[in-house]
Amino acid sequence: MRLGQRFYVIEAVQGVLLTAGHFFRNMGAHVARALGSRTARGAVTIQYPEERRPYSPRLRSLHRLVRREDGSPRCVACMMCETVCPARCIYIVATEHPNPEIEKMPERFDIDLGKCVFCGYCVEACPEDAIRMDTGILEFSSYSRRGMIYTKEMLLSLEPVGADGRPTSPVPIPANRTV
Amino acid sequence: MMLDLGVAFGRVFFVMMFVLNLGGLLTWVERKQSAIMQDRIGANRASIFGFRIMGLFHPLADAIKMLTKEDFRPARADRFLFSLAPFVSVFFALVAFASIPFGDTLRIGGREFPLQAVTLNVGILYVFAMLSLGVYGVMMAGWSSGNNYALLGGQRAAALMISAEIAIGASIMGVIMVYGSLNMQDIVRGQGRLLLGWLPAWGIVTQPLAFVLFLTAGIAATKRIPFDMPEGESEIIGYFVEYSGMKFGMFAMADFLETVVIAGMTTALFLGGWQVPWLFADGFHFPWGTTVALPHLAVVVLQVGSFALKVCAMIFVMMLIRWTLPRFRYDQAMRLGWLGLFPLSILNIVLTGAILLLFGGNGS
Repeated sequence: MRLGQRFYVIEAVQGVLLTAGHFFRNMGAHVARALGSRTARGAVTIQYPEERRPYSPRLRSLHRLVRREDGSPRCVACMMCETVCPARCIYIVATEHPNPEIEKMPERFDIDLGKCVFCGYCVEACPEDAIRMDTGILEFSSYSRRGMIYTKEMLLSLEPVGADGRPTSPVPIPANRTV
Repeated sequence: MMLDLGVAFGRVFFVMMFVLNLGGLLTWVERKQSAIMQDRIGANRASIFGFRIMGLFHPLADAIKMLTKEDFRPARADRFLFSLAPFVSVFFALVAFASIPFGDTLRIGGREFPLQAVTLNVGILYVFAMLSLGVYGVMMAGWSSGNNYALLGGQRAAALMISAEIAIGASIMGVIMVYGSLNMQDIVRGQGRLLLGWLPAWGIVTQPLAFVLFLTAGIAATKRIPFDMPEGESEIIGYFVEYSGMKFGMFAMADFLETVVIAGMTTALFLGGWQVPWLFADGFHFPWGTTVALPHLAVVVLQVGSFALKVCAMIFVMMLIRWTLPRFRYDQAMRLGWLGLFPLSILNIVLTGAILLLFGGNGS
């Protein structure tokens, strides 16, 4: 240790000056902001529910099922996503499609988000581009395990994220979710 | 008679409100100041009807939380002392401020009232004694909890207190020698004189070494970081482990009240108390010759305001230190107290005595 460091007082005063510098700089920015400045920022805090960090366009958020023109799911119930899913959280029950040109469609398409690991393999595996993870919705917590299971109807109702990075559709609340 | 009673009540009320409100507000100051120092925003979510007013409702929410929590007493705790300990802690922290003057005399209808809750000839010893008695609450809490860790925490607190109080006592000796009185009001009045015709003879000017020693020992007496090893909230267990609810809140409050008391003492002894530079009983007399006459009431208001401002500034500095320095280890704090502060304050007494002897006695 240098001699100056052995005398604790000098180092302590330097430390206090450093933190005091931060205090007065941030305080000045806070005051400038209160007086109407848009650019001054006294803190690095992002106040979460009101302010959000811009999300990456590659963000994997809540899944959605893509619709055809007539509103039916684009999914052909090929079970690719169910097979590739490492968490085994996708449950598909296939049925006949009324249109003879399309072989199958899902009767049920449930995703248990309590098990989902958001790896995105289902999106990669899908040959029909029928499932995407681009809703921008991140808050879908629930007090029960049942409340984490999203059905075909709920997933079909979702829209892709808006240009501003905000979700365009409301978070679907499962009917049996206990809040 | 009624006037006497009214003024006496007013003085006590002012000091009481000053200390209690400042102590309560310090929880908010601590959160906000630390946040701003660390580039954060700080607690701002408590709201009433959507109004947040910079998180000022958080102390209120804290108080409600503390009051409504379960007041738990361990089975092996000493029933009486366990309940008494937090009250002892808070009581002595509260009454310590009584003898610190917050203004010069107030004249109403030809009568003079000293602006001080209690006028004592040994005021400085009184404050000092009350501050030291506060540690009894801490030791009581540590012993009566029936918890060995609490007992050890209480012992650490007692050891820290003794090493800090000795340094406090020895460092204010220099101030007493310079101003020649034990009466806090006389000490503050003595700081109104001017050195070299322009420099106010505040304690920090006449006793710079004692100021540093007193501040260090005073921060140690408040048991807050960097001297928080009695408590050590993040790692080691302190004397109030077994306390919950408002009793715990009272210990936390006692620390804040002690901060206010130390800030008040520092102000009165070293920062000129209620003195405003170049303000005398009839107005300002600036060293460059300008004179501004002021009515008596304006002078009193300026003095009280100056005292409050200085106390707040001192609290700011103490908070700054609390949120900057890391905690001392137990042996480091003991070493600092006994091998650093204590010998230096003795040296300060000797130096002050020698200077007073050489350059005219009794502080002139």
